Amino acid sequence: MTDSKSTESAATGTRRIAIDPITRIEGHGKITLMLDSDNHIQEARLHIVEFRGFEKFIQGRPYWEVPFFVQRLCGICPVSHQLAAAKAVDQLAGIEQLTPTATKLRRLLHFGQILQSHALHFFHLSSPDFLFGFGSDPMRRNIAGVLEKYPDIAMQGIKMRKYGQQIIEAITGKRIHGTGTLPGGMNRQLSQTWRDALLADIEDILEWSENALRLNEQIHTEHPEQADFAMFHSNYLSLVDNTGALEFYHGGLRACDSGGTPIFDHQDYCDYRQILREEVRAWSYMKFPYLQQLGNERGWYRVGPLARVNNCDAITTPLAEAARRRFKAFGGEGPVHNTLAYHWARMIEVLHCAESIQRLLHENEITGTDLTAEKGDRRQQGIGVIEAPRGTLFHDYTVNDEGIITKANLIVSTTSNNQAMNESIRSVANRYLDGREITEALLNHLEVAVRAYDPCLSCATHALGKMPLQVELLDATGTLVHRLVKQGGGGN
Amino acid sequence: MTYESNKAIDANSITIDGETVPFDAGQTIMDAALAAKIHIPHLCHYPGLTPAGNCRLCMVEMNGESVAACVTQAQSGQQVSSNTPELNAARLAITQMLFVEGNHICPSCEKSGNCRLQAMGYYLGMLEEHFHQFNPRREIDASHSTVLLDRDRCILCDLCVRASRDIDKKNVFAIAGRGIHARLVVNTASGKLGDSNIEENDLAAKICPVGAILIRERSFDSPVGERIYDRRSISDTALTEHVPEKEVDRG
Ligand code: SF4
Ligand code: FES
Ligand code: NI
Repeated sequence: MTDSKSTESAATGTRRIAIDPITRIEGHGKITLMLDSDNHIQEARLHIVEFRGFEKFIQGRPYWEVPFFVQRLCGICPVSHQLAAAKAVDQLAGIEQLTPTATKLRRLLHFGQILQSHALHFFHLSSPDFLFGFGSDPMRRNIAGVLEKYPDIAMQGIKMRKYGQQIIEAITGKRIHGTGTLPGGMNRQLSQTWRDALLADIEDILEWSENALRLNEQIHTEHPEQADFAMFHSNYLSLVDNTGALEFYHGGLRACDSGGTPIFDHQDYCDYRQILREEVRAWSYMKFPYLQQLGNERGWYRVGPLARVNNCDAITTPLAEAARRRFKAFGGEGPVHNTLAYHWARMIEVLHCAESIQRLLHENEITGTDLTAEKGDRRQQGIGVIEAPRGTLFHDYTVNDEGIITKANLIVSTTSNNQAMNESIRSVANRYLDGREITEALLNHLEVAVRAYDPCLSCATHALGKMPLQVELLDATGTLVHRLVKQGGGGN
Repeated sequence: MTYESNKAIDANSITIDGETVPFDAGQTIMDAALAAKIHIPHLCHYPGLTPAGNCRLCMVEMNGESVAACVTQAQSGQQVSSNTPELNAARLAITQMLFVEGNHICPSCEKSGNCRLQAMGYYLGMLEEHFHQFNPRREIDASHSTVLLDRDRCILCDLCVRASRDIDKKNVFAIAGRGIHARLVVNTASGKLGDSNIEENDLAAKICPVGAILIRERSFDSPVGERIYDRRSISDTALTEHVPEKEVDRG
C-alpha cells in the first residue's frame, strides 16, 4: 500500500513537489547520487527501508506456525515465503521426503505463483515502458494505456495473472494468504473439478506465454541500442537441479562468474553460511550479500530470472528450452549481462511455468490423497531455499527443545540484487545525467533500470512502479545539489 | 420460530425479543434460549459446564435491567430483549476489547476460521479493532509434548479451568490476578504445562474458543473453505455445542 497523499499525482503519474516532509518518504524508495569533483557519478545508493524486524518478531513462536507468519511479509510473493518456510519446517519436523502428491502440489503451487508474479510484473509494470518508450508521456505509460492501444496484449497479461492466481486458490483455498503446506506435506487434495478447469485454459496460457516471449525477443533484437542500458558484468547465483537444469523448487546452488564459469556448483544450500556472507553498510537497512570465496569487493552477484537462465545448462520443457537456446545465441553462448534481458529471461520462465503446469496437471498423482509424510525426529535447525520469482530465497530457523523459534535468518531475493541495483543506477545516471540537475527523463530511466529487477522492496512496499521515488544529487562535499520526487501512481 | 408473541404467557415461560420461550425450573435465560434455538451471543458459556458470567457478551435487557443471560435464572413473566441494535453495539465493543487486550494476529493463527472470537467479530460486523492495542507481554508455554498454551490469545473465558476441574477432574488451570493483571496459570509447582497431567484428549485441551490452548503441530490442517466458520455462522454453531455425554459421564 503506497501512501500517495497527492491526488493530482494519481491522475498525472508524475509531478514535481516541494520536498519537505521526509516522513512522507520513509518506507519509500530513495536514490542518492554522489558526484565526484568532475561531476561524474561516483556512487549511487538505493535506500530501501527493509522490514528486518520480522526476524525478531518470529522469535518465541512455535515453528509450525512459521510458513503462515512469513507469508505476510509480502502481498505479492506470499507463496514463495510460505514454501521456503515450509521446506525449513519439514526439516525441523524431521521429514526427509514428502509424498509424490505433496511434492507435485507444492511444485504446481510454485509454478502458479511464478507465473502470476512474472505476468504482473511484465504486463502491468514493464510493458508500458517498452510499448511506449521509456521517456514517453507518463499518463499513457501504464496498464490503462496498454489496454487502450494494445488491448490484446493487456488482456492476455491480465488473464495469465489470473490463471496463476487460480492455481494458488485451487491449492491454498484463497488467491492470497491461504494455507496449504503442513509439516511434511499439504493440507488438501487437488479436486478433479479444479484440475479440469485449469486444464481447460492451459492451451491459451501457453500461446500467450509464447507471444509475450516473442515480444521480448523483438525488443532485444530490434532495439540493439537498448543493449547497453544499465549493462555491466556480474556473477550469478541460482539453484539448479542435479543435472544442471533450471529448477525453482529444490536443487543445489550454482554460482557462475561473468564469463559463465562455475565458482561453485551443486552446493547443498544447508551450507549457505559457508558460501555467502552478508555485509552491513551504515547507510542502508538492507544487507549486501556476497560470495565468501570472492570477498566483499568482487563477490556480489545477481539473482532472479537473468541469473537462472544464464546459469542453467538446460530447461526441461521443450518450448522454454528452445527459447533458452535463442537467448544463449544472443549472448554469444556466454552469459547475457544486459539488465533489460531480465524481462526476456522472465518470459522464458513464464513459458517454462506454463509447460510445467500442463505436465503436472496431466499426472495422476496430482489429485492423489496421500498428502503427508510421517514425522521423524525433530531437528534444531531448518533451512529452506527456493527460487522465488525474484531470485534465490533463504529461510533459516533455529528452534529450542520445545519447538520454539530462537533464531531466524532470511535472505530475500531483492537483498541479493542490492549491489546490482546500485550498479545499474550508477550506470544509467552517468549516461543520462545532464549537468547538475535531475530531470524527469533521468528519473524515468532510473526507474526502468531498477524495475528490471522486479524488486520486492522490503517485501512489503511492493512494485517500484507504484511507489514514490526520491532522487537526490550530492556533490563531492556531500552538499545537496538537486532533488526530485515522483509520487506513487496510486491504485495500489 | 413458531411461538406467537401475543399468546398468553403461561406459568413456565418468558419472552425473548417478543417470542414466548418455555423453560424448566432451574434453567437460566441462556439455557431456555438455547433449548428454543435462539442465539444469544456468548463466548464463556458452554452447555454442560457451570456458567461463569465472565465475558459479558450475553448481556440482555430483562424487565428493563441489564443482566448476563448465562447466569440469570429464568422466571415466569420475564420479558427479555437480546437482539437489539444497542445490545449488539455493546457486544461489538466488548469483542473489540477482547481483541485489543490480547495479541490476536488472526492471519498467522492456526485457529483462524475455527476461532469463536473471530467468528463473533464477523457475526457482529466488526471491521476494525477500534480501541488501542494493549500489546501485552505474555508467556507462551511449550513445555508439554502434545498441548501448547499460547497466552497471547487467551481471553480469560475460564472454560478450560471449568472443563479441567469439573469434567476432566484434573484441575490443571486457574485464573490468577484481577482486572488487567488477570492471567491464566497452570496449577503445578513450576507453573509449567509440561509438569501437569493434562492430555491431548482432555476436554480442557479441546475447549478453548480461541487459539490459546492447542494440540501441537496440528496447525492449519483444515483447509481454507473447510473450516467451521467458513461454512456456518457462530449464531448457528453455538446452538449445537455441548459437552459430549461421555465426557460428563467420565466426570
Ligand atoms: S486458555 Fe482458552 S479456554 Fe482457557 S481461559 Fe484462555 S481463552 Fe479461555
Ligand atoms: S456467556 Fe454469559 S458472560 Fe460470557
Ligand atoms: Ni515480496
